[in-house]
Formats: sequence, C-alpha cells, structure tokens
Amino acid sequence: MTAIDVPTAVPTPAAKISLMRRLVRRPVSLISLVFLAVIAIIAVTGRWIAPFDPNLASLQLVLAPPSGEHLLGADSAGRDVLSRLLAATQITLAAALVAVVTALVIGVVSGLIAGYYRGWFDAVASWVTSLVMALPGIVVLLAARAVLGPSVWLAMFIFGILLAPAYYRLVYAAVTGVRGELYVDAAKVSGLSDVRIIGRHILSVVRAPIIIQSAIITGIAIAIQSGLEFLGLGDMSVPTWGGMLNDGFANIYKQPLLMLWPSLAIGLTAIALTLLANGMRDVLERTAVVRRRRRRAVTTSTGSIAAVTTSFSMSGGDADALDESAPLPVVGETIVHPDDASRSTPGAAPILTVSDLRVAYEQQEGEDIEVVHGVSLQIRKGEVHGLIGESGSGKTQTAFAVLGLLPRGGRVTGGSIEYESTQLADASESAYAGIRGRRIGYIPQEPMSNLDPSFTIGYQLVEPLRKNLGLSKKEATERSLALLDRVGIPNPKRTFDAYPFEVSGGMAQRVLIAGAVSTDPDLIIADEPTTALDVTVQAEVLDLLRDLQRERQMAMLLVTHNFGVVADLCDRVTVMQQGLFVEQGPVRTILRSPSHAYTQSLLDAILDEGPARAPLVTARPTEGDRS
Amino acid sequence: MLMFIVRRILAGIVLLIVISVVTFGLLFLDSANIARRILGQNATEELVAQKAAELGLDRPLTAQYWDWLTSALTGDLGRSWFNGQLVSVSLSGRLSVSLSLVIGATLISAMLAIALGVVAARRGGWVDAVVQFISVIGFAIPGFLIALYLVLIFAINLHWFKATGYIPITQSFSGWLASVTLPIAALAIGAIAAVAQQVRGSVVDAMSRDYVRTLRSRGLSSNSVIYKHVLRNAGGPALAVLAVQFIGLLGGAVIVEQVFALPGMGQLTVSATTQGDIPVVMGVVIAFAVIVLIVNLLIDLAQAALNPKVRLS
Repeated sequence: MTAIDVPTAVPTPAAKISLMRRLVRRPVSLISLVFLAVIAIIAVTGRWIAPFDPNLASLQLVLAPPSGEHLLGADSAGRDVLSRLLAATQITLAAALVAVVTALVIGVVSGLIAGYYRGWFDAVASWVTSLVMALPGIVVLLAARAVLGPSVWLAMFIFGILLAPAYYRLVYAAVTGVRGELYVDAAKVSGLSDVRIIGRHILSVVRAPIIIQSAIITGIAIAIQSGLEFLGLGDMSVPTWGGMLNDGFANIYKQPLLMLWPSLAIGLTAIALTLLANGMRDVLERTAVVRRRRRRAVTTSTGSIAAVTTSFSMSGGDADALDESAPLPVVGETIVHPDDASRSTPGAAPILTVSDLRVAYEQQEGEDIEVVHGVSLQIRKGEVHGLIGESGSGKTQTAFAVLGLLPRGGRVTGGSIEYESTQLADASESAYAGIRGRRIGYIPQEPMSNLDPSFTIGYQLVEPLRKNLGLSKKEATERSLALLDRVGIPNPKRTFDAYPFEVSGGMAQRVLIAGAVSTDPDLIIADEPTTALDVTVQAEVLDLLRDLQRERQMAMLLVTHNFGVVADLCDRVTVMQQGLFVEQGPVRTILRSPSHAYTQSLLDAILDEGPARAPLVTARPTEGDRS
Repeated sequence: MLMFIVRRILAGIVLLIVISVVTFGLLFLDSANIARRILGQNATEELVAQKAAELGLDRPLTAQYWDWLTSALTGDLGRSWFNGQLVSVSLSGRLSVSLSLVIGATLISAMLAIALGVVAARRGGWVDAVVQFISVIGFAIPGFLIALYLVLIFAINLHWFKATGYIPITQSFSGWLASVTLPIAALAIGAIAAVAQQVRGSVVDAMSRDYVRTLRSRGLSSNSVIYKHVLRNAGGPALAVLAVQFIGLLGGAVIVEQVFALPGMGQLTVSATTQGDIPVVMGVVIAFAVIVLIVNLLIDLAQAALNPKVRLS
C-alpha cells in the first residue's frame, strides 16, 4: 500500500501547454481531470456549500436513511452525511497536500544536491533512503502516533518524509543523466552559476516527471491517511473520508450505504489520480518517440538530396557513362547488370529467391509505413551477395524479412521469399522449422548485445545444436569447442565457460560466427558483421568469414555499407536506396562502371575520403589486370 | 559470492542498529511525559515520579538504550507496560498470522503477475490493453477498500467465508485456508497489479533485445526463448518490484488484519499504539525491520542466482 513505483526512465519533457492540450484530447485523462477539478473545488468551497454543520449531532437522526432534507442520510451520531463528506474533502486533500509538499521539498532539493555535487552528501542521502525504505510506512506512522498523539497534520508531515525517496530517486537519476551532457558543460564553461544551471537545464528536465510523480504520491497519501483514520487512529474531531469509512464499517449491518460514499470518494480520487499520471506519462513518451522519428526522417531526406539532384535520368545523364554501357535491363526500378560470363557459375541453382518483397510497419495511428518497396534478388549456391546502402535504406529490414525476424509491428506485406522450395514470406513458425538456424544462419552486427548476458557462451552454442541436430550434451559441447577453436579463439574452454560480458567484442563476434555456422547451413545472412569492431579486428573477422565461406561452400547475403567489404568478399552486389534496389550485378562491373547515379555518388564519396581510398585504389587495378 | 552475502548481512546489521537507535530515541525522548500519560492527567507528581522510576524512565536515555540493546540481543524485548506480557512472546504468537498472510499474498501475486505480464507482453492488442487497464485500477484502489468490499460481498452478502476470525493451520488446514483466503486476496490484488505492470514492461523490453532475435535465428522456438531467456532477464526488475511490494504488503497487513479481526502483528501494533505501550511498539518496529532485512537479503540472493553480473562482481 505504501509501495512507491518510481519510474527510472525519465521521459523527455514537452512544453507544459502542449502537454495539457494533448491530455485533454484523451477521454480517460479528460474525465480524470474534470473529476479532480470538481474534487478540488469542493475542497475549497465544501465548508460553505455544506447544508448543515458537519459536526452537528442529532439523536433523532442516528443512522437516518437518505431523505429530502438529508440527501445522503445521517451517520451513527446523527450528523448529516453530505455535509460531512463535503467538509471531509477539504481536510483529506489538505492533509494529502502536506505529505506531497513535504516529500517534494525534501526529495527534490536533496536529489538535486546529491546528483549535482555528488560527494559525501550523495553517500549519506542514498543511505538514508534505504533506511527510510526499510520499514512499512504505516508502521512508522503508528509508532510516531504512539508518541505524538493523533494529529492528521503531523502524521502527514512524517509520511511526507517517508515519501521523499520517490522524488529523490527520480531527480537524482535525471540529474546524474544530465550533468554529463555537453550543454551543461558548456553552461559551466561560460561561467553560469550552479544555481542558474540547476534552475535552467536540470529542473526543466525533471519538471514533467515530478508532476506525474506528484499525482501518484497524492493518491498514496490519500490512501494511507484514510487507512489511518479508518483504523480509528486519526483525529476523530475533524471529518475525514477515512473517519467516515470507519463509522460506516462499524454500522455495516445496520446502514450499509454509509460506507459507500466515503469509499467512492477515496476510490475514485485514487483512480483518477493514477489514470491522470498514466495519461501524462503516455503523452510524454509519445512526443519523445515522435520527435526521435522526425529527426531520423530529416537526416535521410537530406542524405538523399545529393542522389536525387544528380540522378542521371533527370539531369539528362552522364554522357560517358551512357556511351560506355549498352542499354541495361531494368527490372522494377532496379538496373540489373548481366552476369560476368568468365566468373559466373552457370547452372548453379538459386538457393534464395526474393521477388517484389515489401515490408511495412504498423502504426498506432494512421496507415502502415512501408520501408521496403518491392525488391528482388537471387542468391545462388556458394555465392556471396552484398547488399549495400546508407543507414535507413532498408537493407537490414530486407535481411530480417528473409529470416522472418522483423521487429515487433513489422511484417512482409507483399512479394515472395523462396528458400529452395519453401515459401518464407510472412510464413508461420512451422514453415521456418528446420530452416532457420539449421539451413540459414545469421551473423548480427553488434556482438555484445547479441549474446544473452545471463547465460554462458557455451550454453548459447550448445542449446541450438541440441535442438537442431539432436546432439547429446557431450557431443554438442565437443562440437562447440571445436568450432570456437576453428574461429580462432585462443582458449576455447575458457571462452566456453565465460559469460558474454567477460570477453572482448572481437571474441564475441567470433563466437556469433561460430554459432551461425555451427549447423553447417547453406546460407548465411550477415548483417554488417564487422561494423562494430575495431579496424584491426575487422580485417581478421573478414578473413575468417571468407575462409569459412570457401571451406563450407556457403552462400551469403552480406549486408554492409562499406564498399571495401563488398570488393573484398562479394561475387554480386545490390545497391539499395530508400527501400528500393537501384542497381544489381557482378561486383567488378558495378565497382568499375556504376550505372546508377546513386551508386556513383556512393563510390565517389568513398574515393574522396582519405582513409577508405587505399584498399579501393589497390583493389581496382588488380581486378582490372585479371580481366 | 560469499563476500557478497557477508557484506549484505553486515550492512543489514548496521541498518538495524541505526533503526533501533532512531526509534528508541524518538519513542523515549519524551520520557518525562510518558509516565504522566500512562497514569492520566489527575495523577499526583509523586505518583508520576514513582511510575517513571518503576519503568526506569528516570535514567539517562543512553543507559536505557544500552539496557534495551543488551537484553534485545538475548531475545528479551522487555515487557508490555499494560499487561506485563513479554514482548517477544506476544510477537512470536502473532508473527505466524501476519507472515502467512504476507507470504501467501506474495507468492500468489508473483505467480499471477508473471502469467498476466507475459500474456500481455506477448499477445499485445486488446489483451494487453485490458491487462494494463485492470492493473492501473488494481494499483490505484487502496488495499483496505478492496478488503472492505471483499468482506461486504463474499462474507456478508454471499456467506462464502466468515467475515472475521482466524483458525491456526495446526488446528485445521481447510479452516485456516478459509480464514485467510479473503485477507490474502485483499492484499494480493494491489500487488498483482503492480508486479504485472513491471513484468509486462520488462518482458516487452527483453523481447526487443538483439540477443532474442539471434537466439531465434538459431532455430529456437519463441516459447523456449521467452521462458528461458526473456523471463530470466526480465526477472531482475520484477524481483526488485516484488521486494518493494513485500514491504507494502507488510504495511497493508496491518490494516487488513484490522478489517478481518485477525490476531496478527497489525492488531498488536494498533492496540499498542492507541495505549502508548512503548516497549511493544519498539518490539514491533524491530520485528518489522528484521523481516524486511531478511526478505531483502533473500531477494539479493535470488538476483545473484538470476544475474551472473551480480554474482561475479
């Protein structure tokens, strides 16, 4: 009952006015707001609008049922229930306010000081917090009452102290998060005083969460105060909701209606406060999401401006490029280069055929957002197919669609994905059984987040082997150790027994590669397998991938944004832009004479930048020599 | 690991000593007036002084605390000022009642909350919306109101259970079960709501983790990934909320015992508070603090079992 739900994530604050406007648009929040406003008005005016003196007792009226004169009847002392209910609203809310203000002042001030200055105050404050949290609030209040006597105000002041950690933790978390931000450093450097920095940069971050927390805490304070009064431990000389409930419960057999009014007041107020708090949290979180999305949309559209303006179909074209190449077939909107006769493996059957694939995400409001707009590709046995494009172009979405592992809300809305002869587009779990994890392996981008931190590396290798190949624990362990050795891990046994957070990123990526190839798959889907690694480790991991691919004759769909990786590993490549494939063909053709302006601009961008120049420049002449 | 446990126990003991000092200080600070309050306003000064001497209230506060602490370490928490009963005896008799309520409510709320949270997180859509809405309402309504209406509906109107009274488990299991069902339900509803929200949140969070996709890509079924990997990773935050809820349930039990007239710690606390029976109040506070510390230690151990990062650091 005194459990305090402290939200640890701090939503980004929105402007106050827009928060209010958004809240009013939500029916549940609006009803809660109106109800609370009525309660607040009654709290202020209750004494005057009450038809009778709330403490006037009359023997004739003891437990009187509702009547024209006494709309809600009278209680066990013959006092008018409606008048008492109206008067009690004021005292109950005022008492709750004492607790909230006390908690707010203590919690926010100490949270700001502890979070901003750290040091001894931080240590003491967090220790006091755990001390305060170590006892049920009501026990502390009862103990205090034994000494201080029955006073609503004192009890609520003490309860405010007990509630302070709820604010303290919130503010502390926000402040420690913000104080490392660059703009706070900048404010410090420009000589602003600490008070100004706290007021301007830090309080603005915690303002909205504090309002939400206050709604919740007001509810808790009303609940505990009514609980005390209900136990008969409060001040019986003033009318309160809890005290009225006590009277009603004592006369539950004689006049059950007496219990109804105060319990409605307590229950509805508590529910309204919680719903309002939830509504505010939802609104804040949604604005944060919208803002993040909008920012991302802006970067992609500016990123593609160059490609659009130089697009040769619009500008009339780059004469040289057009002259050099014969008219190319265009499938959908993709320029498809013919196979390089000398290097292609004629007769090799396609292992994966994706045609006209579309992927879309469901939106809470409005239409689905399509991120992949009908793309097609084929991968033959033993072939490495690169899928290249800038971030946000939809290449990872294409890879996840093939695996049937699109994030929540995403699904394949059109086209087909055919693996050998199985249709995988928008397929059920059973269609993937025996294929995903058995015939198709997956190598993720970020090594550390793709291993479950709660299980050993060995367990995460053994579990799929036992499931997919039906190996015994001993066989699976032996095979995993051999795989770890094969992917170049120096001490396989130690890594096998380690937890993911105990190994380096490069080691973790080797573990993930070992996992992907453990069942001898025919197709590997590698999603930027080297992007998250150090440059030196990248080269080693690429070598490992190439060796494994050749050794096991695996086909590979390699998602990347790096032409160096494409030149190094791939046989064919597809260039992706804004959910579409713009160009597809043998790697050497595309690297040497790209047809689509976007491909050209991607290649130009790489060649113009220093670090990437060396591998590409050396790669092109050698290829040229060979052909 | 052993160091971890030892450190937690030591920290707990320090916390316990601080709580006892603060509580004792607050309860006995006003020692001049304690005897007067027991005897009433009409008692003579001599009588009050005599009573104060009898209760040892005329000695320095530090000496009083030292006496209390040394005897408390031997298990003697003093005697009630009103009925002369040993505090430790009345506590131990009532502890079993309160603990059976609170432990029962904790277990039930943990099980139901995990089930509801996982269903809401996996199903999404209207199932999720319904579970979330009920959780919000269940969390918002004060526990004693729920208790009152459970009595009104199931005991007074439907006569399914007795409204009041407690039957010890040693006397009759079914009788005990019948006497604790409503109180446990009253306690558990709020806790289920709070923990289910947390479980839902952490399961949603854990399901969106990269390693879940990678495990699925290895051919593991979504059930086995959820029950083995997702729940284990979601367990930590859920346990933390459960620990907070346990403390809340102890407090809730104080009121719920009053509603159902159960002879537990709550009843003892309330009667000692109204009488100003300071030694009993002191004993109750210490007993609650010890229970909370033990539960927190158990939760820490469970966290270590679930999370190797906690275990290994």
